[in-house]
Amino acid sequence: MAYLSIVALIPLAAVVVRSTEGGLDAFWTAVTNDQAVAALRLTLTASLIVVVVNAVAGTLIAWVLVRDEFRGRSVVNSLIDLPFALPTIVAGLTLLAFYGPDSPIGVNLAFTEVSVVLALLFVTLPFVVRAVQPVLLELDREMEEAAESLGAGKRTAFLRIILPNLLPAIIAGGGLAFARAVGEFGSLVLITGNIPFETQAASVFIFSQVESDNPIGASAVSVVLLVVALVVLLFFGWLSKKALRHEE
Amino acid sequence: MSIVVDSVSKRFGDFVALDDVSLEVRDGSLTALLGPSGGGKSTLLRVIAGLEQPDAGRVLIGGADATFEPPQRRGVGFVFQHYAAFKHMTVRKNVAFGLTIRKRPKAEIDARVDELLRLVHLEGFANRYPAQLSGGQRQRMALARALAVQPRVLLLDEPFGALDATVRKELRAWLRRLHDEVHVTTVFVTHDQEEAMEVAEQIVVLNDGVIEQVGSPRDLYERPANEFVMRFIGPVAPLGERWLRPHDVEIILEPVRGAVEATIDRVIHLGFEVRVELSLGDGDSTWVQTTRGRAEELELDEDQTVWLRPAEERAMEPEPA
Repeated sequence: MAYLSIVALIPLAAVVVRSTEGGLDAFWTAVTNDQAVAALRLTLTASLIVVVVNAVAGTLIAWVLVRDEFRGRSVVNSLIDLPFALPTIVAGLTLLAFYGPDSPIGVNLAFTEVSVVLALLFVTLPFVVRAVQPVLLELDREMEEAAESLGAGKRTAFLRIILPNLLPAIIAGGGLAFARAVGEFGSLVLITGNIPFETQAASVFIFSQVESDNPIGASAVSVVLLVVALVVLLFFGWLSKKALRHEE
Repeated sequence: MSIVVDSVSKRFGDFVALDDVSLEVRDGSLTALLGPSGGGKSTLLRVIAGLEQPDAGRVLIGGADATFEPPQRRGVGFVFQHYAAFKHMTVRKNVAFGLTIRKRPKAEIDARVDELLRLVHLEGFANRYPAQLSGGQRQRMALARALAVQPRVLLLDEPFGALDATVRKELRAWLRRLHDEVHVTTVFVTHDQEEAMEVAEQIVVLNDGVIEQVGSPRDLYERPANEFVMRFIGPVAPLGERWLRPHDVEIILEPVRGAVEATIDRVIHLGFEVRVELSLGDGDSTWVQTTRGRAEELELDEDQTVWLRPAEERAMEPEPA
């Protein structure tokens, strides 16, 4: 608990205190500032899209990694963690090289809203994969065989047997991915161009406020992100627990 | 429905699980596949169910070739050793699964599920999850689930293997009664000869991927086709060059022609049964099963010299190893 306080709780409380230093009015003004609202909206929308896409893609990747035998499987398996291992600024550079103005495939997404989604997709890729993989490995194959012997085709068996058993893991991984996406900074700075009202994410907005000597504005938006992240984590935790109620 | 297995072979890599196995299972019968683990019995059952594809040979169910039918079209009910309960569904939904995916009317499903839950004595458990049931209850639920779709054949893979001894005994008797009620052609796998003898009408002994013998429990016990079956299906006592059942050896107090001399090492009283352990002249040891009455009559005691002979001509010559 002491450890938790020193590393997390006290600094978090400090941000909250800082954000209200100018009184609640200043806090409210900072949060409802048009640019701040646009940045928050962009971050939340992009994060939501990213969670949905990665929930599907991550589940598929986990499926392929667990169920399909192919050459280089262990290599691909290690590659999944790359977005965790890379400094996010490197991730941003990589994306800029491939999807930027000098794109070798001629796809220039730099400085668009799509680039925000793209960067967030990249850095949150491992969450769902790594959450689903162990569950899928442990999943009782005989459940599928039983379903088949009872008349279920592969599709029915997947939808009615496998998916419900993976759901808690997908939700948990999705929750972490969302929280990460909301706070992502490094990979966004380069590729999105940080155009206010267009491609400036909340985290980048906070940074710009710090740079332009507006600590109250920066901490106010930080607090909003904090609360959003907390609520989302709690919500996903509750969902995941609900999906697991049969294990009690 | 009858099941015909026709020259089926199956290998896993270098391991030959089934080697040209042929078998006929009569309509409405209750058959045990018996053998040591790795003998191929589970593989044979899974081939019949369509969960495993044979490398060669055919499977006929009810006279029709089912070799290339996927499991969901074979009309088999399959019960797994570890229950394979759908753990995210209640007992009711588990049992209803086969009917639900066939999109039967809800009223029909409810009625059928209630009927089956009564049959397996789980009436009060419909809304529990499998995690809240004991092993025996889970296996009964799995049985009800398999029976719900009115399978043409019921296949059980070591159904009682994961249960403790008391529950296992109870479920054996119960499976036997169930079969008398439902009359569906049933094949179950077991490595426990007592279980096979107690439950099945017909026993198929499988070892090293081949069928050693098919017969009624009594046939197998009294007329084993070879040494493997003899040893696997019951206790054996060596007597000279021969193998006998320990209760088919007679202890006599006088030497007669054909009798073997032996010294009693130990007399063990197990109630009605008395077990006598003896050393034979050639250094081999053997044992004889007799009754308390007979042991008292002969006044058997340790270090006593007696003579042994086959009680009836049921002994068999062992094959050269």
